[in-house]
Amino acid sequence: MTAQTIIQKIFAAHTAPGASVQPGDIIWLDLDVRSARDFAGPNVVKNYRRHYGDTPVADRDKTVFTFDLVVPPSNIPYANNQQICRMFAREHGLKVYDVNAGIGSHVAIEEGLAYPGSTFVGTDSHLNILGAVGAFGQGMGDQDIAFAFKTGRTWFEVPPTMKVVVRGTLTPPCTARDLTLAVLAKLGARGALGRAIEFYGPAIEALDLAGRITLSSQVTEMGGIIGFIPPSEAVLAYARQRTGRPDLQAVYADPDAEYIETVEVDIDGLEPLVACPPNPANVHPVRELAGKRIDSVFLGSCTNGRFEDFEAVAQVVKGKKIAPHVMATVVPATRQVYEQMLRSGTLETLFDAGFIISNPGCGGCASGHLGMTGEKQVQLSTSNRNFPGKQGAGDTYLVSPVTAAWSALAGEIALPEVES
Amino acid sequence: MTTTMEGRPTRITGRIWVLTDPNGRLYDDIDTDMIFHNRYLHITDVDQMGQYALDNLQGWEDFAARAQPGDIIVAGRNFGAGSSRQQAVDCFRALGIAAIVAESFGAIYKRNAINSGLPIVTLPGLSAQADQFQSGDTLTVDFENGKVVLNGEQTFDALPFSQVQMDIYQAGNLFAYGKSLR
Repeated sequence: MTAQTIIQKIFAAHTAPGASVQPGDIIWLDLDVRSARDFAGPNVVKNYRRHYGDTPVADRDKTVFTFDLVVPPSNIPYANNQQICRMFAREHGLKVYDVNAGIGSHVAIEEGLAYPGSTFVGTDSHLNILGAVGAFGQGMGDQDIAFAFKTGRTWFEVPPTMKVVVRGTLTPPCTARDLTLAVLAKLGARGALGRAIEFYGPAIEALDLAGRITLSSQVTEMGGIIGFIPPSEAVLAYARQRTGRPDLQAVYADPDAEYIETVEVDIDGLEPLVACPPNPANVHPVRELAGKRIDSVFLGSCTNGRFEDFEAVAQVVKGKKIAPHVMATVVPATRQVYEQMLRSGTLETLFDAGFIISNPGCGGCASGHLGMTGEKQVQLSTSNRNFPGKQGAGDTYLVSPVTAAWSALAGEIALPEVES
Repeated sequence: MTTTMEGRPTRITGRIWVLTDPNGRLYDDIDTDMIFHNRYLHITDVDQMGQYALDNLQGWEDFAARAQPGDIIVAGRNFGAGSSRQQAVDCFRALGIAAIVAESFGAIYKRNAINSGLPIVTLPGLSAQADQFQSGDTLTVDFENGKVVLNGEQTFDALPFSQVQMDIYQAGNLFAYGKSLR
């Protein structure tokens, strides 16, 4: 057998034995979990009912709903849509991670639904975030997911894999988000179009799970199918604990696997970065924008909604107040993150500094829900997209939580400092 | 019009809309919020989706009113970047758009279009030759061999449909295709 990349190995283990998994091959991929969220979920139900009537799903234990976008619903159409999913779930005996749970991809990691070497699909285009734990995750449309509910599988064209090697060491005040923006700047919006990525290098190996999630979450904005970060010992131990499978093994590439391209990114001397409108690949040094007045700050999203992200913010703002003209919102990714913040005192620190603290979910990323921007409003956000209209009518600048924290205090875009 | 035994045409001819920005350049990276904005995501009825197609893309806000069934869209690189929303495909189906020809497509968008049976055709090098395409021109696209003919004169080589794309297209959509496998 020829040497294989991570995606080839995962695919080979999830398709007919002996089937070729060379780039360009189209395979039937077995799906360990298939999910739908409150956006597109009702369309999945509609497609399912139209094409499969009231026949059962392939496996109800592998089929879930995760509500995370407009939670709790802000208007009747969204409420109706969530109820459509709930009714379907009751009928079919499916688990619903309801409006209190948080972002589906994060819940999947926390609940051990996604783990190294597993396959997971849903209607969230950032489900490839699961590459953070060495799982294959993929966002799909509602027809694909209805088909997956019924059959437990999907057709998939095996993508070629590129290697991204990050040289150098990540040093404060730079964070995993700045590393991610550096990679995004290097690859651009189409640098990984139609490809899988495998990330390597000492700075990658050193990333904790939160940092890995941040990096994996922006592969969509690089045009990539998925970005795998080979699981560290710590990530594997976490997955073993969460799945209750102490013998769980991670999937790694063969040393002589073939890559379509290798791109090197050097982060020695990296400075804090910001992605300016109108797209996430429009990356500049924060320094160039320092002093620009801001109106709002959104901390959260599937990119930077982990406890570690908020803890980093808390360290910056502890005992201080954010600028009075800044509306600053904190949205934990999940209920577990929220609980960690609550019990550790982080939540109190952020509250005292003047932040609005919301229930877990996607927050500002679902335009029409929490903390939308008005025309001419300047927003700093730790989310992953700043396309026009994505988070409202204003201009969104994407930064690390640390840069966002310093800027919230200053009331303008500010270079983070390293505190001794 | 060439058809196969199953019936859906494998060669189509239509009037084109060349998606250019206010400077006349072919748009790249048109994302799904520009195609079908997330404020309409509560809509699940395909018939209601057409009216919002491209209404968040500068210069194309009135596209739905101008497009006719059978028209073809021409776009740049990474068309359909962004979210997984099927509505960004279905809004064009609702308008009767016959095909989308682009230099490249976002990965999820590509799947959604294929699964819906909406013909999408990848034309490498399109952006470099974009000035030869004008809205209102006539384009013939052959899904089987990838031949694209502009105004009956100029020929371009696009990628033919892949086997799975042709199979789903001929079956009608993913569901019909899935049933044909059993």
